[in-house]
Amino acid sequence: MKEVTFKIDGRDCKAEKGQNLIEAAKQNGIFIPTLCYFKHLNPLGSCRVCTVKQNGRTIAGCTVSIDDGMDIEVNTPELLDARKAILEMMFVEGNHFCPSCEKSGDCQMQNLGYETGIRYTRFPHLFVDRIVDARPERIVVNQNRCIKCKRCIEEVITNDGYKVFNFTNRGNQTLVSVDYEQEAKLSESQAEHAMHICPTGSILVKGKSFGKPFGDRQFDNSNANKNIPLTDIKKHKTTNLKKKRIATTSLAGCFGCHMSLLDIDLGILDVIELVEFNKSPLTDIKKFSDRCDIGLIEGGCCNTDNIEVLREFRKNCDVLVSVGECAIWGGLPAIRNTVPLEECLREAYLDSLTSEEDETVIPNHEDIPKILNKVYSNHEVVKIDYHIPGCPPNANHIWNVVKNILFEEEYSISYPEFKYD
Amino acid sequence: MDRTLLLNKLWEYQHKFGFVSKSAIETISKELNVSTIEIESVVSFYHFFHNQPTEKNIIYLNNSIISDLKGFENVKATIEKETGCNFGDYGNSEFSLFETSCIGMSDQEPAALINFQPFTDLTPNKVRKIITKIKNGENVKDFASKTISKIQFTPEDDKTIIFRNYELGKSIKEGIKFTPQEIIDKIYKSKLKGCGGAFFDVGYKWQSCKSNEDTEKYIICNADEGEPGTFKDRAVLQHIPGLVIEGMVLAGYATGAKEGIIYLRAEYQFFKQKLDDLINEFYNQNFLGKNIQKIEGFDFDIRIQLGAGSYVCGAASALIESMEGRRGEPPVRMWSATKHGFKHKPTVVNNVESLAYASRIIELGEDFFLSIGTKETPGTKLISISGDVAKPGIYEIEYGTSIRELLGIEMSQATAPYYVQVSGPSGECVSPAEFDRKICMEDILCGGSFMVFNRTRDILHILRNFMEFFKEESCGVCTPCRAGNFILNEKVKKMQRGLASNDDVNEIKEWGNIIKLSSRCGLGKSSPNSLIYSIDKFKEYFNLKIPPSNESQNVEFDMENAIHEFDSIIKDTQL
Repeated sequence: MKEVTFKIDGRDCKAEKGQNLIEAAKQNGIFIPTLCYFKHLNPLGSCRVCTVKQNGRTIAGCTVSIDDGMDIEVNTPELLDARKAILEMMFVEGNHFCPSCEKSGDCQMQNLGYETGIRYTRFPHLFVDRIVDARPERIVVNQNRCIKCKRCIEEVITNDGYKVFNFTNRGNQTLVSVDYEQEAKLSESQAEHAMHICPTGSILVKGKSFGKPFGDRQFDNSNANKNIPLTDIKKHKTTNLKKKRIATTSLAGCFGCHMSLLDIDLGILDVIELVEFNKSPLTDIKKFSDRCDIGLIEGGCCNTDNIEVLREFRKNCDVLVSVGECAIWGGLPAIRNTVPLEECLREAYLDSLTSEEDETVIPNHEDIPKILNKVYSNHEVVKIDYHIPGCPPNANHIWNVVKNILFEEEYSISYPEFKYD
Repeated sequence: MDRTLLLNKLWEYQHKFGFVSKSAIETISKELNVSTIEIESVVSFYHFFHNQPTEKNIIYLNNSIISDLKGFENVKATIEKETGCNFGDYGNSEFSLFETSCIGMSDQEPAALINFQPFTDLTPNKVRKIITKIKNGENVKDFASKTISKIQFTPEDDKTIIFRNYELGKSIKEGIKFTPQEIIDKIYKSKLKGCGGAFFDVGYKWQSCKSNEDTEKYIICNADEGEPGTFKDRAVLQHIPGLVIEGMVLAGYATGAKEGIIYLRAEYQFFKQKLDDLINEFYNQNFLGKNIQKIEGFDFDIRIQLGAGSYVCGAASALIESMEGRRGEPPVRMWSATKHGFKHKPTVVNNVESLAYASRIIELGEDFFLSIGTKETPGTKLISISGDVAKPGIYEIEYGTSIRELLGIEMSQATAPYYVQVSGPSGECVSPAEFDRKICMEDILCGGSFMVFNRTRDILHILRNFMEFFKEESCGVCTPCRAGNFILNEKVKKMQRGLASNDDVNEIKEWGNIIKLSSRCGLGKSSPNSLIYSIDKFKEYFNLKIPPSNESQNVEFDMENAIHEFDSIIKDTQL
């Protein structure tokens, strides 16, 4: 094989002529993110995450074969942003609830989300109802998580040469459907292989869901401490004695973000000196008694009370921060967004195992807040100034952001610190 | 069975039973020795194949923007009322109703296909009559509309290229006086560009196919014009189809291909029989078949392959996929079709109009062709004009004609034109400030669709129609096009509700550019075009559409709307 030279972002690289760009870049120490690309498969070019520029023309990196003198751009601001945007599109198109996903921590898409630094998606979540197909013999296909990468279509073949998966429909209705007859022929190990090559949690083998314990999963970062070490916390030097005021609240969330706040450890000394809490569950102050510098909102909006509280916060706080996934885009409570409200209420109050026929009602009283038609993210209701991702975000992470906003203190955070799966 | 015959097989079932049943799919998959899901994936890709029973009469009503402004809503309501079914449902005992993308009748909208026979210029009255006749058991074939488009304009006599006298076999007879290489040189010299919309050099394609050493080669005529607003290929195939066939024969002669295939879009199957008859006439006169015109070894056959309803199949690579009996997904392009095309053999895919021009160039000589038009794009171009004009129809114009001339009193006679969409939704919109732009390579190219909208039309309504079209017609393989067009469509909806802010407008541009940058094929690379262009070109309009933004409250949230569902559930469920 002939060795040729080419350029990636202006750097001279060497590879064999005809080699796939993704592999060639890797050998030269340059990482190009991919989702559909899979070792021996013909390049599929379906996910477009590996979009690069070849001699000025955009193209999926996995479809490029190296040739002498090629000029490849990988990490330009434009391409980095496009790649992030494509991933965001995948997140909003499907229904990706990582905390309830069996593949979390082993998921290539989730990992790329961290790698590309997605904090929140610029696109609105579409919340399209998609089926979970448990009819196959050995596997379950969860369409909510499918990104249509085509890997399983090309790779999962029965011993006698039949395809098990294929696309059906087209446009935004496109689905990866299962051939039940062929699927029944798969052996246990073939089924596991299908689960393994799926870059998300769309294909699962029945009874095999949680394969590995936390910490041992593919993308668990064993070296990274979950918390920012205490020694790393820079104690703030106060120059102005006037304390800043903070308000916090928990809307449609689990209170986990507030619990996380309590884990601030020695950082508390810093907190006491610099800020005071106004309306907050931590102080049990129920009403705003003063205008606040910053409001921290946990959880999204699922009922009328949430909306009122959120609007009150907007009125009384200079800066509003959405803390945690539920606040940013709905999070776990938004699982119900693909199900009609009536079905949700019926299931919970009328048709549940413990409800007797004609004995129970859907609660309704003027004192009880009304349930909204779907869970709204906070920025759909009021203007939100900042987002802190995480489920929950680490206490010191939150504190660092607050200090950054209030005192313009510089801080940086690497992605293992906000991994929350 | 050969996989390339799959679409025909599926059509047989579709025509015979009104749908492709589970058992039919099983039978076919056994014959092809593939899993059933593979056949299902093909069936569900194409718009005109159904996997559940349809009724005796299927009505496909065109929902393109031109149909919309000519009275789509009224016609739709009347059809629903008269038949007693709803669009999108599989219907009652007699009718199934579906909407469909542009069916190539933009000069005669609203138009529908009833059992694949065309019915044009529909009005509620006309619909009532048609439905009554169908209910009385009359055959739709007997009273279908005459669809032949009017040739509204040709350049002064000596400059007309396509729509001049036609004599069967003249181009072929002229062509065989030259060697194959001389034919290609002539086409090359004429600078003929592909007329489907990509404007790729025709001579280059032929040369590169000829240079290939493989003995099995194919000539494909792309008659799958799906760009909303275009109908010029239909006009050519209805007025002078012989020219296209001769173009294919000449291409075969020049490149060494022995087989030609016309990929005819399913919407045009009502004149397939006429084409077949003409092909037979060519066989009878020895312009097709073995040893054409007694030239030893010059064999060429032509057959017609019917598409099945997919816009994206108009792209050459997807068209080949479709002909091979697969989903019409544009494949990852590792080679050009002239190297590895149909059945992996060297293939020339040319548009109907390009082939017609090729015949004329051979017949009239390339010097004649070069004496017309502009330097980069010599010759003429067929434009299909529709919308708010007095004379919709086909215009053969010399390259270099300005948009203003096209709209003017001599030509289409547009009334107060305001928004002109050149080359269809994937093309470019033009505002009055740019009406002096000229149709040619040096300025703005036009694939064939030319839609004119006057001042009373709502631009967002037009753009919404385009985005719905792309959302529906995206093949679904790559993320930016599949999800991106969906998301952009949501943004347009938000704007229509009057809730968009300046940020939304900027986001449309940014997001549109990301889709253009990263999509896999031409569909996604061009789908956000109109949206992006229009924002810059129609600033006045968009400024009116964007309310002053509310700083702290997001105006999109509507409490009334958000609790309405709960209130109505509560009403019904309290004891």
